[in-house]
Amino acid sequence: MTEAVRQYEPVIGIEIHVQLATRTKMFCGCELSFGEEPNTRTCPVCLAHPGVLPVTNAEAVHFGLMIGLALGCEIAPSSIFHRKNYFYPDSPKAYQISQYDIPLCTGGRLGDVRIHRVHLEEDAAKLVHAGSSGRIHGAESSVVDFNRCGTPLVEIVTEPDLRSAAEAAEFGRLLQATLRRMGVSDVNMEEGSLRVDANVSIRPAGQASFGTKTELKNMNSFRFLERGIEAEVARQEQLLAEGGTIQQETLHFDPEAGSLTSLRSKEEAHDYRYFPEPDLVPMAPTEEMLVRARAALPELPAARAERLERELELPADTAKLLSFRSELGDFYETALAADSDHPRRLANWTINELTAAVGDGDPADTKLEPPVLARLVAMVADKQVSASAAREVLAVLIAKGGDPAQVIEAQGLGRAGEEELGDIVDRAIADNPDAVEKIRAGKQQAIGALVGAVMRETKGRADGGEVQQMIRAKLGE
Amino acid sequence: MSDLLGLTAATQAELIASGEVSGAEVFEFWRGRAAEDDLGAYLWVEEETPADPGRLPPVAVKDLFCVEGVPSSAGSRILEGYLPVYTATSVRNLQEAGAAVLGKTNQDEFAMGSSNENSGFGPVQNPWDRGRVPGGSSGGSAAAVAAGTAPWAIGTDTGGSIRQPASLCGIVGLKPTYGAVSRYGMIAFASSLDQCGPLTRDVTDAALMLRALEGRDPCDSTSLGLPEAVTLPSAERLDGLRFGAWGLAEEGLDPGVAEVCRRTLDRIEELGGGVQEIELPSAGHGISAYYVVAPAEASANLARYDGVRYGYRSPHYDDLLGMYENTRAEGFGEEVKRRIMIGTYALSSGYYEAYYGTAQKVRSKIAQDFAAAFEQVDFVVTPTSPTVAFELGERTADPLAMYLSDYFTVPMPLAGIPAVSIPCGLSEGLPVGFQIAGPAFSESRILDAAYALERTIGFEGVPVP
Repeated sequence: MTEAVRQYEPVIGIEIHVQLATRTKMFCGCELSFGEEPNTRTCPVCLAHPGVLPVTNAEAVHFGLMIGLALGCEIAPSSIFHRKNYFYPDSPKAYQISQYDIPLCTGGRLGDVRIHRVHLEEDAAKLVHAGSSGRIHGAESSVVDFNRCGTPLVEIVTEPDLRSAAEAAEFGRLLQATLRRMGVSDVNMEEGSLRVDANVSIRPAGQASFGTKTELKNMNSFRFLERGIEAEVARQEQLLAEGGTIQQETLHFDPEAGSLTSLRSKEEAHDYRYFPEPDLVPMAPTEEMLVRARAALPELPAARAERLERELELPADTAKLLSFRSELGDFYETALAADSDHPRRLANWTINELTAAVGDGDPADTKLEPPVLARLVAMVADKQVSASAAREVLAVLIAKGGDPAQVIEAQGLGRAGEEELGDIVDRAIADNPDAVEKIRAGKQQAIGALVGAVMRETKGRADGGEVQQMIRAKLGE
Repeated sequence: MSDLLGLTAATQAELIASGEVSGAEVFEFWRGRAAEDDLGAYLWVEEETPADPGRLPPVAVKDLFCVEGVPSSAGSRILEGYLPVYTATSVRNLQEAGAAVLGKTNQDEFAMGSSNENSGFGPVQNPWDRGRVPGGSSGGSAAAVAAGTAPWAIGTDTGGSIRQPASLCGIVGLKPTYGAVSRYGMIAFASSLDQCGPLTRDVTDAALMLRALEGRDPCDSTSLGLPEAVTLPSAERLDGLRFGAWGLAEEGLDPGVAEVCRRTLDRIEELGGGVQEIELPSAGHGISAYYVVAPAEASANLARYDGVRYGYRSPHYDDLLGMYENTRAEGFGEEVKRRIMIGTYALSSGYYEAYYGTAQKVRSKIAQDFAAAFEQVDFVVTPTSPTVAFELGERTADPLAMYLSDYFTVPMPLAGIPAVSIPCGLSEGLPVGFQIAGPAFSESRILDAAYALERTIGFEGVPVP
């Protein structure tokens, strides 16, 4: 079914959990874990021994305030934590300390999407289930790794402003880029430092009220988020088309099978018995804390994309790519500072040639210095080196560093001079009388054979267009 | 050495300081006394004299406090044999001040009770009458001090658990302002009410111990410490001080207790203090509010005892839920289970506002009542307990009658304010406690007034022979 004939409009809101990159856990002094041996980053507090008390991590509050300010939220003058009660082995206290009716931040916006709230909470422990099922039901045994237990989390909830799976994924990527730029989280979906849930409903196009929503849990890439939402929208549409009704439930999307399975229905929903956490005092950010959080905000991707587009007249897609991958944008702008004559060409080289070489990596980790890239691009622009030769030069600079002119000199990649090129063209004309005949007879395509011969001879050190012009001139065309 | 038995902790500290006795000798004496306990007051007694016993007499510690490597079970079978890996801040503060841990004292399970009969390890007998309860929940601490098997002790007070047993055993018990003493390492019952405090032979000892206990603790976000250092009490008169008497006309107050308390009001006037009746319109709802707030918090605080990481685990289970259910069904006692169910119910969706919400409003009202009272008077005074020590088994079948034991002591923790109970005489040959409450952080003033009264009352009989 295509968008054009769709009778129903999807309404989507997303909830994102982000592990904060603080030094220590949310409510105790344990350092965060990055793949350490299980249960080595624990203490009486995060293991919920008798008598222990939580103490709120000031750095997590700082990051929470940064996120709130970056998203244009209102910061609560005094917010509180609640206890969310449930029994499960991943929760040693049998309650999660989270924020409920008075979160740290409310309102706000990122791009076209309104932010409902941003709050702080703690992560659960990790369960590993032995046996074939991989889940707790039917597992031969289960073990708990408490290293992750108590890792600071921020939950960001949007308003239901998204209208397609693609929009949801696009928003997710912008939010991810924004958080990464702020340095508050690793935002790695595969490792679980960023997790996405989606609330999905559909309604007849033009209807103002919302339909019954379902919740899609924990999709570990934006591609799966998009596919999961598409599958759920299709399921809901089919259900309504068949005269059925949508049940409020929580669903799991299996990206391999493309299928949705119900985790629990509304009737099975937990009663978490929320109540204010009596072990903690309210969080009341001081003016100093707000000033510090504001000062810690870098230029964010959305603003950077807008600036690059406006100031440097870069195409929107290029500006966005340089902004969403801030390491590319940083490399680009450092290079541009050394030579500002060719912003567009430099941008293309950065997002095309440089990313082709470094993949998802950071170009700053290579031997290539940003001003060197700027010099190389300038040489291409000044026709001192052909584009194809410059690609070879770039590969050398990335691997070994150095100066482009020296690499060109050493490898003989300099552009063929006019005299040298004239000799080569003369030879090509002499060697290919058939082609010359055809060109003179009006078969313009035949010039390709001559250009090809010249390019072979110069090993790519000449510009195809220039060679063609020279051939035409020599043939008196 | 047996003459140490007749001395207060402060006097013993002076003897240690002057070199008349060594800390080790004092420790040894009390270790011997504690080992002879036959009231059920102790659950564990230190066997070895520490290398440096310190410059204060050793302290008996309620089982609720975590002490590294020492059995700490909060009087519950579910924590039987649990050895903490860390020591409570309050206990560490005492150790650093020079008071070593003498032993762990019996208590109502998780501090839920007013008679010590809810202990998972058996009841405690009142040294004044072995057929009677010592009060609770800090019953072991109170009985040990009264019987002279401890020079002093610490307990916890959530709704009266220091003051009521102090009253029933004829000793001094102080519940400090909420936040004065760190709760870190105190096994939680009701987090917004729990507070650690001294159970001592006299008011001076209470002040001396409070001085060591109090202080802001970075491990307890709700702790503040006291704004000024605790001074040792010295007042001889009560001139110019106004005392607001509350509750003496309450139905259910034992006439004998009322009589002894009235005589105490006369003593106040003899010492120059003014006495007036005072209204606390919402305080009568204290018990109702308390039995919503405390169980609600307890239902979450006690959820961690699930058999997964430490403590008791039922051998009878087939799956995770069965392990949780049987561990908790077998590990907790009846009263604890009752309160977990009350608290779980009170927090349930649809009932939260009606119960927890209303209880919190009553709590604010009670705090406002006290604030209004303290505009007219310096202290609010009441009987500590409506009755003297009752007989073992007398109230175990009637939880509501048991809950009313805390009628006069519950309003203060609901308002977060400090109160002390001092012995003020005997009724039917059993001690009667007199309670003095003041505004938040008024501990030194409360203790000063209590000291002047204590001198004129001249209560005797502790240690009970």
